[in-house]
Amino acid sequence: MGFLKISGSFLSDAFKFVTHGPTAYHVWMTILTAIMLVGTGAYYVQIDKGLIVTGMSDNVGWGLYISNFTFLVGVAAAAVMLVLPTYVLKDIDFANAVLIGEGLAVAALIMCMAFVTVDMGGPANLWHMIPGIGTLNWPNSMLSWDVLVLLGYLIINISIPAYILFCRYKGVEPKKSVYVPGVFLSVFWAVGIHMVTAFLYQGLMARPFWNNALLGPRFLASAFAAGPALIIVILTLIRKWTEYNITQKTIDKISMVVTVAAQINLIMLISELFKEFYFPTHHSISAQYLFFGLDGHDALVPWIWTGILLNVAATVILTVNKWHKKFLNVACIMLFVGIWVEKGFGLIIPGFIPGQWGKIVEYSPSVIEIMITLAIYALGAFIFTILAKVGIAVELGQISYKKK
Amino acid sequence: MIIDSIKKLQNLFNQSAEKVDESGGVKQVFEKPIDRRSSLKAMAGGFVASAALSGAGCSDAKWQEYFKGNYKVMTDEERKATIARLSANYEERTGHKVNISDKKPNENTLFGYAFNVSKCQGYGDCISACVEENNQDRDTEMQYIRIHEMNKKNGINFEMADDTFTHQVPQEGNFYLGTQCFHCDNPPCVKVCPVEATWQETDGIVVIDYDWCVGCRYCLAACPYDGRRFNWKQPTVPEPEVNKEQHYLGNRLRKKGVMEKCTFCVQRSREGKNPACVEACPTGARTFGNILDPESEIRYILENKKVFRLKEDLGTEPKFWYYMD
Repeated sequence: MGFLKISGSFLSDAFKFVTHGPTAYHVWMTILTAIMLVGTGAYYVQIDKGLIVTGMSDNVGWGLYISNFTFLVGVAAAAVMLVLPTYVLKDIDFANAVLIGEGLAVAALIMCMAFVTVDMGGPANLWHMIPGIGTLNWPNSMLSWDVLVLLGYLIINISIPAYILFCRYKGVEPKKSVYVPGVFLSVFWAVGIHMVTAFLYQGLMARPFWNNALLGPRFLASAFAAGPALIIVILTLIRKWTEYNITQKTIDKISMVVTVAAQINLIMLISELFKEFYFPTHHSISAQYLFFGLDGHDALVPWIWTGILLNVAATVILTVNKWHKKFLNVACIMLFVGIWVEKGFGLIIPGFIPGQWGKIVEYSPSVIEIMITLAIYALGAFIFTILAKVGIAVELGQISYKKK
Repeated sequence: MIIDSIKKLQNLFNQSAEKVDESGGVKQVFEKPIDRRSSLKAMAGGFVASAALSGAGCSDAKWQEYFKGNYKVMTDEERKATIARLSANYEERTGHKVNISDKKPNENTLFGYAFNVSKCQGYGDCISACVEENNQDRDTEMQYIRIHEMNKKNGINFEMADDTFTHQVPQEGNFYLGTQCFHCDNPPCVKVCPVEATWQETDGIVVIDYDWCVGCRYCLAACPYDGRRFNWKQPTVPEPEVNKEQHYLGNRLRKKGVMEKCTFCVQRSREGKNPACVEACPTGARTFGNILDPESEIRYILENKKVFRLKEDLGTEPKFWYYMD
């Protein structure tokens, strides 16, 4: 009874809190809602007409949706970089950042699931995956693994912060014996979701561009660069706009993580480029298409070089001590965008080009596809805003059960 | 880029606007046109349907169709029931009967295919016979078979080949080679499917349950032979052109958002007939048969010709061999 009563009061307090705020907050949420509505309309068209309204074809079977899905799995996994030291190494500097990181993981995971769903030809048939009623092809299909690990990760990342916030709301100290095992689990799980997602591509011998043992480790490195880079930018904004106490030490430590991950990512990029271009084989042809173009087809060339340039520049800024603090936020944004290009469509599209019999059919996303993609990002921002707003309010004691 | 894609979208809308009045096209399995003429037809057909289903109402049938299981694990009665629903629905919508078979694989049968590269002249009769036999979407001109025109100077080199030629054939100095689903004995597409909507039957044919597929296209990414096709839109076939002799796992009508592919014409091959492509080939380049039968022509070819397969290093074990005279 007590639990239900407190939960009810928590939910109603939270609802009141997220529906009230300064004008800027309302404008922000209205813009996000508008983008989501436009995207919903676009999705209706896609459901009605079929996936023919996208730029995809039998030649390039996955496009913008799966690219963004892949990238966002990395962002979700990166929450672990904050969880690990806070709870396990008892590094209290990170405590305030963790809730933000886990909120980001939840938002990123929901975006991932939305991207996979909109990519489906028959989303109404998704119940075919439910074990028992449907026939989930586990353990053979890596996609079935991915569904399981993503759902599990979502549950973990909702329960831990929910438990902590609920305790704080009630005014009791959260019990370590309850949440620490969950935290350990989520640490392993985060590495797992990323490796499984990499294996999704890595296991396909039909696509030499992906069939490469470095893919999984490189996914991890780029995720641990892009995810925390985003968190740094968000923490900086939160520090500016709210009274939530985020120490400089926290940001300094996260930026160390970003720097090292970005360096490792570059080393792996060099290793890949060396393998593809020192003695180009038949299997290097997709890489050739991506980096230099093939027979006059070069749609991705400007993108990938922009991405690499951003990555290299950001890594240099982060590495040089003098620039590190001064340009931290700029470098983080550059890194985030650079990895979005490199690990999003820079990874997915070339896997399909050239086709199995050497035919080159290029891909560019359609307007419908772009609208749906933007709407899903708006959905993520919307969810994150709500989670962060409530989380911060509870932590600051602005909403609590005792106050009443 | 954006302008192109808007134009494409406009075309699509115009196309579908024209299509509304054209009652000839046969669309998705359980979608009814709602003009007055068809609703009369539907009422008349309703009697037939309810007779066939012993009292089951139309919308009931729709839900039963949606919640039916994977064909692979259905009981024989469940298979009969879904086939009854599908045929009744087709008759209700079009007034014509279809015959959907659920014939199981024959014993001691493993189908294989051989392609004589010396004989093929690139006429493409196999392609059109395949489309007509298997009820592929006419708008997007979906084709299971590709004929690659190659130059004798380059040998078998797919990158320098052309599979979209429309000129007169055979061309001096060129030779022709066809590809389609190779019905691998170790099929990567089956392994990756998250819902077991595709599998290999005991006679070696790799099939898809169109109603179980979720349309994720992972199999399309996993196939090294370009053997799989996706229904990017609602597939349509003008009613008179619909092949009424169908198999549940073969050429029955598909819907948008699902995969499909060559099934070695399962509706024909299990009845002891050759696939449509073999029958249509004017040069005798195509041979199909049971490789377990020592008397079969395919077995003779495998034993006496110097046969090879494509991308053998991948270990997919295609049951599709090439040879030259």
